[in-house]
Amino acid sequence: MLSISNLGITFTQYDQGLRRKQLTVITDLDLTIQAGEVVAVMGASGSGKSLLAHALLGILPDNAQLSGTMEFQGEPLTPKRCEALRGKAIALIPQSVGYLDPLMTVGRQVQRVGQLNGLSSGAARTLANRTFARYDLPPTTRQRYPFQLSGGMARRVLVSTAVLTQAQLVIADEPTPGLHPDVVTETLNHLRELAREGRGVMLITHDIEAALQVADRVAVFYAGTTVEIAAAEDFARGNLRHPYTQALWRSLPQNDFVPVPGNQPSPENLPVGCLYRDRCAWVTSECEQARPELRFVRQGWVRCIHAER
Amino acid sequence: MTVTSPISKPMQRFRSNRRQRILWGIAWCALLLVAMILSPWVIGDDGLSPVLVQRNQPPSLVHAFGTDWLGRDMLSRSLHGMSLSLRIGLLAAGISALIGTGLGLAAGTLGGWVDAVVTWIIDVFFSLPHLVLLILIAFAVGGGTTGVIIAVAVTHWTSLARVIRAEVLQVNSSDYVRLSYRFGRSPIWIARHHMVPHVIPQLLVGLILLFPHAILHEAALSFIGIGLSPHIPAIGIILAESMRHLSTGYWWLGVMPGLLLLLSVKAFDWLGENVRSLLDPKTSQG
Amino acid sequence: MDMQLRSVFTFVARKLLRLGLLLLAVAIFTFVLLSLSPIDPVQAYIGADMMQISSEQRQLIAERWGLDQPMIIRFWDWLGQLVQGNWGTSMVFNQPVSEVIASRFWVSLPMLAIAWLLSGILGLGLGILSGALAGSWIDRVVRLYAYTLASSPTFWVALLLLIVFSVALRVTPICCAAPPGILAADVTLWQHLHHLLLPAIALSIIGIANIALHTRQKLIDVLHSDYILFARAQGESLWGVVRHHGFRNLILPALTLQFASLSELFGGSVLVEQVFAYPGLGAATVQAALRSDVPLLVGIVFFSALFVYTGNTLADLTYPIVDPRIRLGGWQT
Repeated sequence: MLSISNLGITFTQYDQGLRRKQLTVITDLDLTIQAGEVVAVMGASGSGKSLLAHALLGILPDNAQLSGTMEFQGEPLTPKRCEALRGKAIALIPQSVGYLDPLMTVGRQVQRVGQLNGLSSGAARTLANRTFARYDLPPTTRQRYPFQLSGGMARRVLVSTAVLTQAQLVIADEPTPGLHPDVVTETLNHLRELAREGRGVMLITHDIEAALQVADRVAVFYAGTTVEIAAAEDFARGNLRHPYTQALWRSLPQNDFVPVPGNQPSPENLPVGCLYRDRCAWVTSECEQARPELRFVRQGWVRCIHAER
Repeated sequence: MTVTSPISKPMQRFRSNRRQRILWGIAWCALLLVAMILSPWVIGDDGLSPVLVQRNQPPSLVHAFGTDWLGRDMLSRSLHGMSLSLRIGLLAAGISALIGTGLGLAAGTLGGWVDAVVTWIIDVFFSLPHLVLLILIAFAVGGGTTGVIIAVAVTHWTSLARVIRAEVLQVNSSDYVRLSYRFGRSPIWIARHHMVPHVIPQLLVGLILLFPHAILHEAALSFIGIGLSPHIPAIGIILAESMRHLSTGYWWLGVMPGLLLLLSVKAFDWLGENVRSLLDPKTSQG
Repeated sequence: MDMQLRSVFTFVARKLLRLGLLLLAVAIFTFVLLSLSPIDPVQAYIGADMMQISSEQRQLIAERWGLDQPMIIRFWDWLGQLVQGNWGTSMVFNQPVSEVIASRFWVSLPMLAIAWLLSGILGLGLGILSGALAGSWIDRVVRLYAYTLASSPTFWVALLLLIVFSVALRVTPICCAAPPGILAADVTLWQHLHHLLLPAIALSIIGIANIALHTRQKLIDVLHSDYILFARAQGESLWGVVRHHGFRNLILPALTLQFASLSELFGGSVLVEQVFAYPGLGAATVQAALRSDVPLLVGIVFFSALFVYTGNTLADLTYPIVDPRIRLGGWQT
């Protein structure tokens, strides 16, 4: 349904008010999502996860240029098509209640989503009420303002905004941080449900556990590039291909609990060759030559020349 | 995760020589203002004497601002008046800046009841319409030129005092100042060595931005007749006089001197804005 | 409900207390200022009746008023008179000060109200237009207009309007609040409007700049917020965003600013009424100062403080009405 290959995002910036500067934040990013599946997009902050979501919705700032291809349902996603699709075929579940208008009741905001999808205001209200009922939100919720919602209610309201649409692709941007574990599970189940309805779900997160709990496949981003796309079960099975994914897996408390040493390179000075080489235990002189291509290894995609070891 | 949205759009096309442009802006504004202040001595008093054969002439090449009902050259009169208003404005704004700095520093460093009293005075000043306050003070001190200078001087320091007080409080809570206190430095010592360097840029910008207000208020007071006597034609008085001749269609008597006043106020605004960009590029809009 | 009533009561009590303290402060300030000034205090207290008393009587009054007393005692006496509503008699109008202020304010009020509404609506509109289209030529024109107006002398703008509309185009009257020679009772509503239109426009033009520039900045801030990003992601257009989210979020600061602008509005009315010879409170202020009518001037100073304070209090009141976070603050689950 969604297929992204070699996506690049470059920003034009003004340095100290003097020089024009190109800042490439995403390079060679690849990802596919099928209808009915949950794909987790995982990576540290600054790895380009949210930017990908904004690119799909066509809401990047004006100074961003895109390269590569994004296809949605077989047709390229041009800025014009993004504009037509956003909120209708592609919906976003934002990360926090801060993405709701603080001065509008949540009922009206959810109803507005229905209206933007072409419903009359009455029909949109009925649909909003039904959706709230579906998520066990009491009828009084409609009259509440975002600041009056508890963490769990807020999540359900945010999910409602996407459920209300006919969107085939739902992007959930960091839906879990700072939530009570029960609410996390509940939220992830909601996402699973959306997939069961036949929608494609993209779960953006930096929480491996949350990702593995719900995702069919996991795409790991590093410094604006896809380093690995693995099935969720590959993690527990020890079938991981990229050293970064393996290091992330080992950093979990229930595993070795060893943090990944070093830092992600900043977009301002990306190294030549493999982006991960300065933190990699497998590094060889070959890694400095060129960026590795994305390859198909053991039923998964990986961007590492040593992935066969 | 939030998107680190990169610095938005290019703001201006010619940013590379921005500093140079700012310096030119400062130079031109300063030159214009100095020229306006000194103009009476350059052009002399010739234009001020009545030439009855040239009464009520609209603006022309000979008389750019036209002539009045006595045949006096309006350009000369306007420049004389503007120069006078500028000088009064500068004097009053200068005094105001001194008061503002003194009280702002005192309130910020000494704190306690000094701060309370200064804040209270500022509150009282802000609770009255500025013009009413000006009229009251100018009236109470007996009117005239002194009245205007005092009224403008004692009512324009409040915003500057607030800014300086806030700046001082901010510096005061910084680590190096706390350290100085621990070393037993007196508040006066700290004020001199730590506050003043921080406060000076604020003061400079505040002072320049005070001028246009001071000049406008001087003009307003003169216009309503509480300020200078009619024999000393400041710009406000020239405009007030023009009121009597408007219905006869001599529009230039009111329009041209007003344009000159607008130009000088604008020149101060530009000057202030440019100086601000130079001293503190982050807060400027350029 | 009981809780709400109580909070309203404490709000009102607090506001009244603050007002009392403020008026006391203004009283102290005015008293000290006038005591130190070269103006004759007896005349200041008695006002118009001054003409009717001899120098012996004057001496007597000075003693009775305790002018030989120390300043602090004189202040309390004077304050007592003010509190009892004895504000003295206006010399210029030969009427009690309170009556002069009341009748003059009624003349000014329609002009102030129209100017206030016009500047608010136009300023808001221009600010939204320029903020939504930030960087476009429309934005540039609006900003140039606002910045130029912000540094234009109020009375000169009024003068220009007078020259253009009253002298050159002859569509508006050149002075006053009513046609000359007509009894106040015979003036029609249309004549009233006709006479106060230009002063009101002159007064509003100055207020527009401030509100437009603030609204523009606020809208730009709002448009960069997360909830607008989400609204865009839901398929909302630029104008949809402005209509459904922008307006809602910028109206509060705009209202606050607009109420706070009552201070400048009052000051502006002094100048505008002078230009249009409009017989309102502003013109009375000028006459009081020019003709040394101390009781009237003091009365107007107090009244203007009250006027400004009302504006600020209304601004405070708009917060709970417009912002649910304050209105419903305590009601959390």
